[in-house]
Amino acid sequence: MSDALVHDRSQSGWERIRRNITHFLSLPGVGPTLALLIASIFFATQTDKFLTGRNLSLVVQQVIVVGTLAVGQTLVILTAGIDLSNGMVMALGSVIMTSLAVEFGVPPAIAIIIGLLITTAFGLLNGSLVALVKLPPFIVTLGTLNIAYAVTRIYRTTTISNLPPAITFLGNTFTVGETAITYGSVVMIVVYLVAWFVLRETSWGRHVYAVGDNPEATRLAGISTTRLLISVYGIAGFIYGIAGLLLVARTQVGDPQAGQTANLDSITAVVLGGTSLFGGRGSVLGTLIGALIVGVFRNGLQLMGIPSMYQVLVTGILVILAVSVDQLSHRGQA
Amino acid sequence: MSNPMPTPVLQARGLVKHFGHVVALDGADFELYPGEILAVIGDNGAGKSTLIKALSGALIPDEGTIYLNGTLVRFHNPLDARRMGIETVYQDLAVAPALNIMENIFLGREIRRSGVLGSLFRMLDKKQMMNDTVRYMADLKIGIQSMSQPVGTLSGGQRQGVAVARSAAFAKNVVIMDEPTAALGVKESRMVVELIRQVRERGLPVILISHNMPLVFELADRIHIQRLGRRVAVITPDEYSMADAVAIMTGAKEAEPQLAS
Ligand SMILES: Nc1ncnc2c1ncn2[C@@H]1O[C@H](COP(=O)(O)OP(=O)(O)O)[C@@H](O)[C@H]1O
Ligand SMILES: [Mg+2]
Repeated sequence: MSDALVHDRSQSGWERIRRNITHFLSLPGVGPTLALLIASIFFATQTDKFLTGRNLSLVVQQVIVVGTLAVGQTLVILTAGIDLSNGMVMALGSVIMTSLAVEFGVPPAIAIIIGLLITTAFGLLNGSLVALVKLPPFIVTLGTLNIAYAVTRIYRTTTISNLPPAITFLGNTFTVGETAITYGSVVMIVVYLVAWFVLRETSWGRHVYAVGDNPEATRLAGISTTRLLISVYGIAGFIYGIAGLLLVARTQVGDPQAGQTANLDSITAVVLGGTSLFGGRGSVLGTLIGALIVGVFRNGLQLMGIPSMYQVLVTGILVILAVSVDQLSHRGQA
Repeated sequence: MSNPMPTPVLQARGLVKHFGHVVALDGADFELYPGEILAVIGDNGAGKSTLIKALSGALIPDEGTIYLNGTLVRFHNPLDARRMGIETVYQDLAVAPALNIMENIFLGREIRRSGVLGSLFRMLDKKQMMNDTVRYMADLKIGIQSMSQPVGTLSGGQRQGVAVARSAAFAKNVVIMDEPTAALGVKESRMVVELIRQVRERGLPVILISHNMPLVFELADRIHIQRLGRRVAVITPDEYSMADAVAIMTGAKEAEPQLAS
């Protein structure tokens, strides 16, 4: 029974230290956090402008939208799914919200609610196709990506501006010390904290992990995996609506062209944050770190005057590194 | 076996199940008595798994009746059977490797905190579940250090231990084990034998499906022999040899009529 223990005792001191270090590095979130710290230290030594309250606040501003989308993406990926539609669904939501408020005189609060309902409906559609029709999430969300994109562009092709303040209020700031912080960043953090709490502390959250890990065992444990998956995609859709509202607050317009690379950016954040594409393993706080890593690299390289294509290049390399780590550790576990 | 038997815990009469033109169960009968280990043996395709699936709600028979403690029951899915205290350890164990031992044991039956934390915030009572897990594992003398270890890091025998502990913890009436040693080495199989004994010692009857004749003859109180979709005999290990059992299984020999009801 205690093979593992017997093993431990027979190990030399060095071996044990090495094992402890490997174990520490393999704890969820440790790798991404170290990567973020090292990158930050590197950029701080390269440019004085990096480590200022104003610049760090800017980094956060730049990751708010993708960071929020990535919360929904994390939920979906934990179930061993993937959501390619989230950027387009977000764009649709933000166009609906702004258009209703500006062009149809709908009270902003109602316009926002309708926008959230539409993004949630898209999520429920994704979830139903995955759970009931049993189609692969990749194909389903590739389809709804195109549907959401087409609907948005059929609905309108031009930018909606002159938004009422009630719809852009999340772009307003308050100051802590010298640093201006937007309400939007607070909203993003709250979304993360709620998701973190729910995933860790509730049955629903544990079932999300279980269904991604072993769907058959989850079903045999008496859990309705159909309902569970639909709820996951639906909640993800709702979160994309919140991201749409944050997008509007940040850009001050409703933009039918927005969000075109947001799906891949959100997947990047999730993967860099250490969540496994195989499902069942990972954490939403890792995703926050992952989103910040992308933000810090873009910002730091920019401050160093490195052309933007190199930023994309670095992000690509990071993703492949993270996925390789995932693949290797998964092979070790199975 | 001549003295009057108590009411069977689980009983089936005339179970029939067709898959297309294949007859998997052809009027099979079945009885499990309180506190016993009943082995179910039979050739490949004899209908053992189908029988067990009917008894655990994993499939619905075309014909026939099932009684639990003398009462007619109908299972529409595995959850129905579980709610009535029939737990199954599936051959592939049905555990989630990334979840820890506690989470696997309580999967689908999590305990929530009392008060507003539980009712409003739906918070899990991890402390309670952890304490219970430690107790369940200790009850079966399964020595694993940390219950917060992912099940994927355990050995095959330890995983089996987790699956058995889960069933034993929640089974009020019956524990069914489908080929519990099929994937294990000699040493780990011994551990499972101990586990099964521990479960019986707790007063729970066990249905053991196995191809492993020495194991069956070591553990079983009675042996249900399935052939061509029916029960052809029920024997006891002291009255029959393994060779007899195999002969009955393959149809080379008839069983004594008294036991093949
Ligand atoms: N889901 C199924 N679909 C079609 N045929 C099946 C199915 N399950 C079992 N059978 C058939 O029913 C017969 C009995 O199978 P099974 O109960 O698995 O036997 P055993 O477990 O004793 O080997 C076999 O001929 C098998 O091929
Ligand atoms: Mg079988």
